[in-house]
Amino acid sequence: MFDLDNLFIFALAVLIGFEVITKVPPTLHTPLMSGSNAISGITLIGAILVVNDLPLELGSILGFIAIVLATINVVGGFAVTDRMLNMFKSSK
Amino acid sequence: MDFEILRNFTYLIASGLFIFGLKLLSKPATASKGNRLAALGMLLAIIITMVDREILTIPIILVGMAVGGIIGIIAARRIQMTAMPQMVGVFNGLGGGASALVAMAEFVNPQVTFASTDGYIYLGTIILSSFIGMVTLSGSFIALGKLQGFVTSKPVALPMQQIVDIVLILGIVGLGFVAANPGSEWAFYGIIAIALILGVVLVMPIGGADMPVVISLLNSYSGLAASATGFVLGNKGLIISGALVGASGLILTSIMCKAMNRSLLNVMFAGVGGDVAASGATAQDNSGKSIREISGDDAAVVMANAQTVIIAPGYGLAVAQAQHEVSELANQLKSRGVDVKYAVHPVAGRMPGHMNVLLAEANVPYDQLYDMDDINREFDNTDVVLIIGANDVVNPAARHDKNSPIYGMPILDVDKARTVIVNKRSMNPGFAGIENELFFADNTFMLFGDAKAAMAQLNKEIVDV
Repeated sequence: MFDLDNLFIFALAVLIGFEVITKVPPTLHTPLMSGSNAISGITLIGAILVVNDLPLELGSILGFIAIVLATINVVGGFAVTDRMLNMFKSSK
Repeated sequence: MDFEILRNFTYLIASGLFIFGLKLLSKPATASKGNRLAALGMLLAIIITMVDREILTIPIILVGMAVGGIIGIIAARRIQMTAMPQMVGVFNGLGGGASALVAMAEFVNPQVTFASTDGYIYLGTIILSSFIGMVTLSGSFIALGKLQGFVTSKPVALPMQQIVDIVLILGIVGLGFVAANPGSEWAFYGIIAIALILGVVLVMPIGGADMPVVISLLNSYSGLAASATGFVLGNKGLIISGALVGASGLILTSIMCKAMNRSLLNVMFAGVGGDVAASGATAQDNSGKSIREISGDDAAVVMANAQTVIIAPGYGLAVAQAQHEVSELANQLKSRGVDVKYAVHPVAGRMPGHMNVLLAEANVPYDQLYDMDDINREFDNTDVVLIIGANDVVNPAARHDKNSPIYGMPILDVDKARTVIVNKRSMNPGFAGIENELFFADNTFMLFGDAKAAMAQLNKEIVDV
């Protein structure tokens, strides 16, 4: 059941994350955080997968609440990041 | 089986879009595109996940996403930029909470049993995911309370805080072993409860000034929670995306810690405040010295006649909502031929990069904002520095006074400028609770008053100069 490959994938993804993000200038730290925060809403995928067609089961109710919370995270996160980045202007 | 391949391939594309999006987010010119690419990746991942769902579940999923989507859009449109840390804090908590709920839904799934070696490992991942997610949820709401003011921003530590933390964590491990037995579901719910309590007791001892660190750390946790949920479901898309966010949050955490010259352990467990009060008493005594005040019209004359002016904003500027007045002042000075720059300290706001966003909202071009390292060598050749609502990040004691609680913290070297004008409401000390010797220096003038009112007055006076 436990797939060791997943652990390798996790470790490599962490390294890629470090590599990509180290160079972000301070000006963009807030949008970076709200944008990456939206990405952590990927758990929405998991929430969709655990909802099954027996809506009154506890598992489905938990899944439904998870869908609502994760969607707020995803939609709100990307939207507010977009709003912020539109404010960033160069004087040139 | 073929569809399984297509689905995983789509998750791979989505992960690639996340990575590429984050990379584009690292340059102001391409950041907006990067955010949209990441959003596109998310959309692809959602669509492919929906495709093979049972037809009866589709309405439930769509209703949930519609409700969440509407709330998310409204929140994103309405939020004030000063409240951005609260917003990101809440989103961290919701993401963590969602991850925990998904893991809990797997736990209550009647088709799942744990009475085997694989089962124990599986239960372990479920517990890990629920635990990280719930700590993130309750910790984020305490952080929200501290930022918003309905929870005290002072550090509140329990007696024997570290021991309590350790006991709670041991309790979770112990209950985890019990929960593996059939009929012992109560132990799992006990873990959920303890995780929620742990989130509260971990964030309560952290002071308001350390909020940039807490927000970054909780950001990292929300990613790790998603990743842990990926392990529960065996979903590589979740594992990769969560890991990226976990890494990004950790980097920001470490940047914030460095900007305050503190270690992460020190921020989390020192219960700072007690520390500061104790050593603050031995810090340099300024009582024998006097300060010099400057009036608004004099300050306007000094700045209008300068060749170079650097503006150093602190959180006091955001509290007073004075960013638009400051931007106007800078524009007036520039139209008179004065060279104006902004010096932004990494912890000038309440979250990483917060001050930059506030100034961007007030139409300050980002190429006028300078990071501490880039601008520090320019203060020597600067005529006037205008400090607005900043205190500890411009205290020269951090450079030379070994007894000062902020000794070693990187600061803006504003005291090296020819003239320093400090706008402040009163002589109250800053977050760290210490006096600032800068205010007593020979080249410093105090311009007392609310930042918004003081800047508006400067704008009016400068027209007449």
